[in-house]
Formats: sequence, structure tokens, C-alpha cells
Amino acid sequence: MIRLDDGLLAALLDRGVSRRSFLRFSTAMAAALALPASYAPRIAAAVATAPRLPVIWLRGQDCAGNTTAFLRATKPTVSELVLDLLSIDYHETIMAPAGAAADLSRTTTMEAYPDGYVAIVEGGVPTADGGVHCTVGGRAFRDVVREVCDGALITIAVGSCAFDGGAPAAAGGPTGAVGVAGIVPGGRLITLPGCPLNVENLTATIVHYLTFRELPPTDGRGRPLFAYGGLIHNQCERRAHFEFGEFVLAWGDEGAQKGWCLYKMGCKGPEAFANCPTVRYGAGTTWTVKAGHGCIGCTMPGFWDAMTPAYRRLPPPLPIVPTVSVDHVGQALVGGVAALTVAHGGASIVRSRRARAAARRRAARAADGAEPVGTPAAIAGGPDGAEGAGPAGTGVR
Amino acid sequence: MTRIAIDPVTRIGGHLRIEAEVSGGVVADAWSSATMFRGLELVLRGRDPRDAWLFAQRICGSCTGVQALASVRAVEHALGATVPRNARLVRNIMAGTQYLLDHVLHFYHQHALDWVDVESARRADPAATSTFALATSGWPHSSTSHFRDARDRLERFLASGQLGPFANGPWGHPAYRLSAEANLLVVAHYLEALDWQRAIAQIHTILGGKNPHPQTFLVGGMALAPPWGGPNRGLPGEHPQQIDKRAPAALSEASLAEIAELLAAAKSFVDQVYVPDVLLVAGHYPEWAAIGAGIGNYLSYGEFPADDTPEPALFLPRGRVMGRVMARVGGVDQAAVTETVTHAWYTYDGDPDGLRNPLEGQTNARYAGPPLPYATLAGSEKYSWLKAPRYQDEPMEVGPLARILVAYVEGRTEVRAAVQRAVTALGVGPEALFSTLGRMVARAVEAEVIASQLGTWHRELTGSLADGDLAFADLGRWEPGSWPQEARGWSLGEAPGGALGHWVTIRDRTIEGYQIVDASTWNGSPRDGKGRRGAWEEALVGTPVADPERPLEILRTLRSFDPCTACGVHAFDPDDPGPLQVRITRRVAR
Repeated sequence: MIRLDDGLLAALLDRGVSRRSFLRFSTAMAAALALPASYAPRIAAAVATAPRLPVIWLRGQDCAGNTTAFLRATKPTVSELVLDLLSIDYHETIMAPAGAAADLSRTTTMEAYPDGYVAIVEGGVPTADGGVHCTVGGRAFRDVVREVCDGALITIAVGSCAFDGGAPAAAGGPTGAVGVAGIVPGGRLITLPGCPLNVENLTATIVHYLTFRELPPTDGRGRPLFAYGGLIHNQCERRAHFEFGEFVLAWGDEGAQKGWCLYKMGCKGPEAFANCPTVRYGAGTTWTVKAGHGCIGCTMPGFWDAMTPAYRRLPPPLPIVPTVSVDHVGQALVGGVAALTVAHGGASIVRSRRARAAARRRAARAADGAEPVGTPAAIAGGPDGAEGAGPAGTGVR
Repeated sequence: MTRIAIDPVTRIGGHLRIEAEVSGGVVADAWSSATMFRGLELVLRGRDPRDAWLFAQRICGSCTGVQALASVRAVEHALGATVPRNARLVRNIMAGTQYLLDHVLHFYHQHALDWVDVESARRADPAATSTFALATSGWPHSSTSHFRDARDRLERFLASGQLGPFANGPWGHPAYRLSAEANLLVVAHYLEALDWQRAIAQIHTILGGKNPHPQTFLVGGMALAPPWGGPNRGLPGEHPQQIDKRAPAALSEASLAEIAELLAAAKSFVDQVYVPDVLLVAGHYPEWAAIGAGIGNYLSYGEFPADDTPEPALFLPRGRVMGRVMARVGGVDQAAVTETVTHAWYTYDGDPDGLRNPLEGQTNARYAGPPLPYATLAGSEKYSWLKAPRYQDEPMEVGPLARILVAYVEGRTEVRAAVQRAVTALGVGPEALFSTLGRMVARAVEAEVIASQLGTWHRELTGSLADGDLAFADLGRWEPGSWPQEARGWSLGEAPGGALGHWVTIRDRTIEGYQIVDASTWNGSPRDGKGRRGAWEEALVGTPVADPERPLEILRTLRSFDPCTACGVHAFDPDDPGPLQVRITRRVAR
């Protein structure tokens, strides 16, 4: 039961937030963060009394997909986020000023709130050739990221490109794209991979910070455990069909009409960690597996290479050990692609050849001394080597 | 002569820099520079062609879904897959929904602030705003208290001192002309549209599993299946799964009914809010019907197949209108498309200024701009990551205006009627469409026409399912064993922003080459070998600029195109020993 004192309620109403919608929001946030419902009043109080958090939202090698996801936020809605909860001082897609006036919005916030604003980064950061593949105001995007994130209270990397370079960093990508961790190592970085991210996880992260004044617990790559701690396969509503051996075998077949398991159609749920099946999209309406298409593993490191081809069934897990199921393979993959690389290794000569070529190119660039830090190879190992992305992970990237 | 640079150009997707020379209060010359490059076309090489749409979809997350559609169509063309009727209808519904989302979001959240002074709305009288709103539209949310709430919310926001995205806006600029009440009306609808787009995107979420980047496309159709027993036939007891919550829900009776409701809601908002607001704004800026005309050549590949033949009739037709002559629609042949790189950060072997049909296309990129950081691109002969496409060696404009003009000249009755209503309301003739204002009005006209058609596609889909047609995918070309050793295909269609073409070559069951030429490649094009400007550049020439420090007018014309550069940039590989050769065959069938 949530109790609000008169002062808090008045503050809420004064912000134009209805009492009911706010309580619903607080309860939903508690659930999203895997907190007991008793935390809801604390969340409500923290959010209602906090000043609007200044936000600088940077876009690099992006598709604006995470921005669009932000627009689709439901709890709270984007208008509540923009008007009541956050102060989106810099976001190129929505801000009124352009050019020098837009720059002024960014620098004003950085000066007015030193160590007091949230930096949100969307898109990869190109590092090849001095960063010529993405410039803002004639400057390398890389330099803008460094400058903004260095002075930020926290940095949130939204989407898979800001997580580890994403699609531009996939094999064949020539721009040396890396994630935010490759530019601003360590520090107060939260990563929310997904292509795009599930926006409920972004609001939950922000609310967690407002409530507890600290970041939610994360894994070694900065992914909050409340969102990325569980295997999709274990949360999937089609899981029972997997256990019973009921599989979709062809698009549109009887199994597809009955909602059977998509594992044999290439679903990557057994190897991907995210809360898609429980939080879902569109105010909890649905997610891709419910709609009828398998998971593509878009929250996982290097998924454009590690999780493709999208329709190839995951390899049967070590058939000589009958007690090992796909679950075990998944569990071995928390946060890393090393085992996956082994599992997939040799299956695709073409791809491994391409990956080797890419690795050679990167090595050559590193040898040139142009990019001593922040190369994809360096990032794949990551600051947290224990996490599993060892040499094999480097290879697949 | 003053040279100004606008970078970043905001309220767009992608990264764009505009430089302009202003002389005597008028733009004398302009340069469009795309400043971001990802190389997704190169990433696509060597992949399974059935995965291509997943990658290509990531070209743009704003006009989401349309790149996926273009990609599966290109691969289907290459492999010879035939898309079933149900899948065509679902694709039309998803793409059509995206046009509405894109056009409404573009107007309110990207373009309107160039015409609407947010600061001025604080001083509006809510009662007068209500009277004003009720006089022009039957939209129910037009009471005095509704506008008072909106004004108070705005006032609280602005008074907080944290202006967020509205900080440093061009408020008070002499080029603003709406009354405080009209400003409040549009600002109130700015907020309503935020909630509206979230609701309407639910159509994508239901059919695609999520939005943006809906994930139910397949080469050959859609990964959708009606619930066991069919959506309109309960057949209780036949199988317990039919009432199981695990069953796919995208095409359940409840989902189809919800989609119908959302489509109706989308149409109401377009008809009663968006179109009247566009006419309201346009009516206050009549001189902009004579500004920003630009090139005057218009190209539409056409969109929304109306049947399941290899060369389907199109709801919005394919064609060209040249030289602003509204008498005749020219044909479209991809063989007439060429690209030059004289002013782009690429080189050609042989003649560096040559015209190259994509059949002989090369993409060797070399950054040749100034060293970073730079203050100006002046002096850089090459100045953009966009190539310069031309049709029969002529620069072209693409987009909603091009589509509406082609449909209008071809005599499509619903388009002619909608155009006539709009221009009559503004007291101008159809030739006023050749302008900055015309792009804004054409976009609204197109939304109106598509919003009406979406209900028809939905009825066709439910009717087809009720008739027992449950097919959503052609599986005849799903298995790689069914593919030829070599295959080539392409798709010529439309995105909300304009003409969109994908070309794919497949060898040994993997992608050998992939090329995308889309709206921003056309409109954002730099100069060609003959020094002729691209569509954005040309439209800016002659635009008045009252204050070079605050070049609001340049942004008005530029944003009238719905510019978005994320999609237009080509691929290159600096480590390849030779140029990336992309083979494209002559288009003989869709």
C-alpha cells in the first residue's frame, strides 16, 4: 500500500501528474527493478521530490532507434519524461535550437551542473582515421563523447551500438566503431544493450538512481542485473513447448499457429540474456517470440556476428554429455561470447575467414599507432576479463 | 557575403551540416554535407541473404520497418519468392502506419517549431484558443479547460528555469507570425501527438513484436500465423492451445480488432488535428509558397502493391514530373540512374568525374575534407559522405511532394480530391505545391489519403483470413538448396522520406554485394560533375535570411524535406585492394 503525505501529493499534482498514474508508475518501477512492492512509496517520494535530472543525449553512428524507443515509453510516457522527470537539455532529434545555439545548450548544461547531469549515448563511436566517420560541429564524435561523459554524473549507453559498437562494428565494418566503454573506460557507466533497448529498462535505471542515489547492480559490462540477469529461454512463455518437444518446423505450420517453440527456427533465446519476455514492448503487450519470430540475441556482445545467421538453429549442446542442455550452454555465456565462438567455430568457414581478415586489419591499424586504445579488439576483452570474452571472443569480433 | 555553417542540423535523423553564403539577406549558395558513415552495406557482404533485412533495417530507426521491407523485397526478387496476399496486406498496413507516424512526428516535433513560437503560447487566452480550435475542426479535445491545462503545464515548465529541449530556441524571431492562440493550439497538439504516436505505434508492436525495428519480416512473407483454428473461428475444444496465452497473439481476433480501432484513431487524428494544423500554419505563411521550390524535377518509385502479380498496380504510382510541368508523367527505368562522386568523399577509377550507372558502380571512399576539427568546408572540393545520384543526368527531388505530384498528374481521384481541398483552403492553385510550403502540405495530403486506405487493407486482411487463407509466407525459396548459384535482385519502393531502392547480388548462397540508394541520397546529394546542386542545396538558394546569426528560414526550407541522413550514406572499405564492385542487373521485373 502506497501512502503519500499531503506535501508529496501536492508536489505531484503541481507537476501535472495524476496521483493514480504516478502510483501506477512507482509500482511498475518497483516491479521492473525486481524490488518488493513495499519500495513503491520510496520510489514515488524520490521521483516526486527530485529536481528534473539534466540529460545530454548524444548520437553517434546510430539509427535513432533508441530515440524512437524513448518516444514510445509508456511508464511514464515520453511527455511525462520530457516535461516532468528529466530535463532533456541536448538531444539533436528533438531540441529546438540548431548549430551553434544547440552547442550552447550542451555547454551550458555541462557548466551549470558539473558532475550533475546524465550523459546518454546512442550509437557507436568510430575510431578509424581519426574519427572522420562521425563528426558533430566539425569535431570528431569521439572527442564530444569524452568531453561530455567525463563530466557526467552517470553515463548510460543505450542500445547495442553504444554497448560495443553494434552493427557498424560487425565483421566487414570499416570505421573502427566501438562502444562507449572503449572511449570512456571504467567509471559510472551503465550499458543497456538491445537493438533497440527496451525503454522500460532505461526509465527503471534512472528511477533506481533517483531513489537510491546509486546505480543498480550490474554485471562486468555494466548491464543492470534486473534487466539482463535472466536467460530469455527461461522466461519464455513458449518454454513448456520446448520441454515437450513441440517445435515450429516451418513458418506458418501447425506449431506456428499453436505458438510452439521457435528453437528450431533459429531462436537465440537459449543464449541471450534480457527481460524481453517479462517486460515486453508496447506497455507489456508483446515481444518478438510472442508475435511469431525468434529472438536474434540483440542484447549480447557482438551479436551481429555471434548470433547470425539468424535462422540457423543453435548447435545441439555437446551431445556426448547427455545431461547438458541448451540451458547450460546459455548459462556458460553470461556476458561472454567465448563459448559461443567455440560452439559456432568451424561451422562457418566464410565467417571465420572474414573475422580473421577484420582482426588483421585492426591489428594493422593498432600497429600503426593510430589507435593505441579503444580498438574493437581491445574492447572485446573489456575491462573485465573474467567475464568470459577472452581470446576467442576477440576473434569473433 | 557571409558564410554560415549549421552543424548539427537538429530535429532530423542522422548527422547533417549545412553551409550557406548569405548575400543581401538571401541565400546565394549552399552546401549539404552528411557527416556520418557506418558502412552497413559492407557489413552485409558474406551474410545469409535471409538475414539481410535485419541488418538493413538498422539503417534507420525513425522510419522503422520500411528498410526491412525494401530488403526482403530485393532478396525475394533475386530468389524468385512470391509473397502471399496476407503478407502483402500486413506489410502495407505496417508501412502505411509508418507513413502516418513519420509525417505527424515530422510536423509536430521536427518542423512545427520553425513556424510556432513556443514562448508566445504562454500568453494565449485558453477560451479564445478553444473557440478558434472548434471553428476549424471537430476534434473533441478542444475545450477551454483543455487548453488552459496545456498552457499551465507549459507555463510551469518554462517557469522552472529548466527549459530542456526548448532552451536556446529561436523564440521571438521576427519570422514567427502566428497569434499566441494559434501557437498554443499547435503546442497543445505537440503534446497530444506524443501520446498519439505511442498509441499508433502499437500496430507495429502487435504485428512486429516490437517497435522500432519490428521483427516479423521474412524473405517470402511474414513470420506470422493466425491462431490455430483461425482468428474468426473459435472451434472450442479442438486443441487446448487455441486459448493458451502462449499462442501467437498478433493475429488473434482481439488483436485484429485493436488494430482496426487504432487505425480509426490514427485517421481521426490525421483528419481532425494534423491536416487542420498544417493548413493553419501554411495559411499564415503564404509567401513560403513561393520560396524553396528547388530543382523542379520529381521522382517517385511508387508504393503499396495492390495485387500479387510480379508487376503489381501501386496505390501511389511510379513516375516522374519534370521541370514543374504538371501535364505528363514520365516513366522510370533504373538504367537511367547514375551517380557521380566529383564532390563526395569517394573516388572513381578511370574518369574521376564520370557518370556511372550502378551497373558499373564503384565505391572507393577517401575522406578528403579538412583535418578535424574544422570550422568550414569552404575550399574542400569534396564535402560529403553522400554521392550524387542523377536520373538521365538530371538532379531529382524525391519525397511526399514527388509522390503526390505524380499521383496528381496521373489523375488518381483520391489524391486529386485531397490536393484540391488543401489548396482551396489556402486560396492558392496546385502550382503552389512547388515550394517549401508545398512539401509540408503534400505530406499532410498523403497522410490523409493513406489513413483512408489503411482501413481497406485491414478489411481485406480480415476477409482473407475469414475465407480460410492462412498463408503468410512462400516457403518455396526458404531453403538455400533451392537457390541458384548466382542471383541478383532489387526493389524500387518508397519510404516516408522518398524513393528507396535496394540492390542485392547473391553468390554461393551468401550476399556478394548490397547497395542502397534512398531518399537522402537523392535529396541530400552534393553537387555533380557539372556543378549542379542537389535538391536541398538548390531549394535553399533564394531563401531569405533576416538574421544570419539565427538562420531560421534556412531550417524551414531544409526541414520541409524531412531530411534524415542516416540512410543515404554509402559503404566503403579502405583496406580492400580494389574498388567495391557492385553488379546490378537491368531491371526487367519487380
